[in-house]
Amino acid sequence: MTALLLRDLRLATRAGGGFGLGLAFFLLVAVLVPLGVGPEPALLARIAPGILWVGALLACLLSLDRIFALDFEDGSMDLLAIAPIPLEGVVAVKALAHWLVTGLPLTLLSPVLGVLLHLPGPGYVWLVLSLALGTPALSMIGAFGAALTVGLKRGGLLLSLLVLPLYVPTLIYGAEAVRRGVDGQGAPTALLLLAGLTAGAAALLPFAAAAAIRVNLR
Amino acid sequence: MLRSEREPKGAWLSGMSLWEYANPRRFLQTSARLLPWLAGLSALCLATGGIWGFFFTPDDFRQGSTVKIIYLHVPAAMMAVNGWIMMLVTSLIWLIRRHHVSALAAKAAGPVGLTMTMIALVTGALWGQPMWGTWWAWDPRLTSFLILTLFYLGYIALWAAVEDPDTAADLTSVLCIVGSVFAVLSRYAVNFWSQGLHQGASLSLDKEKNVADVFYLPLLVCIAGFVLLFVTLVLLRTGTEIRARRLQSLLARERMA
Repeated sequence: MTALLLRDLRLATRAGGGFGLGLAFFLLVAVLVPLGVGPEPALLARIAPGILWVGALLACLLSLDRIFALDFEDGSMDLLAIAPIPLEGVVAVKALAHWLVTGLPLTLLSPVLGVLLHLPGPGYVWLVLSLALGTPALSMIGAFGAALTVGLKRGGLLLSLLVLPLYVPTLIYGAEAVRRGVDGQGAPTALLLLAGLTAGAAALLPFAAAAAIRVNLR
Repeated sequence: MLRSEREPKGAWLSGMSLWEYANPRRFLQTSARLLPWLAGLSALCLATGGIWGFFFTPDDFRQGSTVKIIYLHVPAAMMAVNGWIMMLVTSLIWLIRRHHVSALAAKAAGPVGLTMTMIALVTGALWGQPMWGTWWAWDPRLTSFLILTLFYLGYIALWAAVEDPDTAADLTSVLCIVGSVFAVLSRYAVNFWSQGLHQGASLSLDKEKNVADVFYLPLLVCIAGFVLLFVTLVLLRTGTEIRARRLQSLLARERMA
């Protein structure tokens, strides 16, 4: 499993792996929103938590179809399916690899973009904490969506249609944690709910995703 | 007496069993017999409930005649949620028992449920404009309903995208199960996120104060009408799906010959 994780990480970070694409997209969202809504600091400060969370979510979405598609096309997925490790484990490891190359960098970059969007001071801790706790759920849910659509020729659009509604609770708790953190009350509740969501997704979704992959490999 | 000697024990029961209708021919026979009755009854209930509700109930003290949209809004919203639950149950039956008609019934229910969510959203907007002063508010109930609409859309799109029917049935079933969990999660997340404008439940069995009886009785008739309408449409569409599947296999056989 470690070998699989290292392999996925290596593939993602080499040329053509799409590493950094999500980060650049995240940066662009943070630049485009002020251009769209105007440069007023008070307004930007108010919407910053939501913008950063939506941006992170969309950046995550961007690279989802890569989780399984390439392995599915070249036949590695068949080998992984008959490998001695359970397919559920493969799915979890691949989701983890996806998080390490998208969610984690997004989390680390987010304070910088917070500065761009005039995020108020107390929000930074909560922003980083909520993204760190929430983006693993995004990767896991995304891996499930990718598993559903892996057999399709042009599954990209469908993938976003399937995955975005599933992202709703994560987005709400994540953005709410930051917003409440800025207001200085009630942020831990949202954060705990977010952590619960991530734990639940990591525990249960590998089974659903593995089932979907088995169907697609049939 | 004679009958029970000829047939194995419990045969009369298995004649009514759900598993019997895994046989599409049997399903079509029974549904063909039931459909005219169901369609007639639902038309009767909808006409009675609608006319009674719209013309023979008093206007509300504060809301005037706008209150009467309840006869479309509430039943449609109920059937939208119940439709998804029915899809969940039929999906589980397909995954566990490989009951083909069950998978097709889930497929057939998708667009019907989507229509119900649209009816509920549109009637809600029409009522909200004069009463709340806005067509749309980001209220928990409204928002979770919009999310349910998105789930329906995704479900229908996945059915349409996958070519192999059994693969499509499997994948949509898994999506339906996961989607149900996340729909419930979203419902509570949305409550956490915003305070409500929508009134609480006006109908429940365990509550003292429901909507007043003058409105309640025609509403019950309307709900019965919508339930019957839903069942009628799903049976009809399931029959269509079965025939489409047959047609495909006939065409395939012709091509082979």
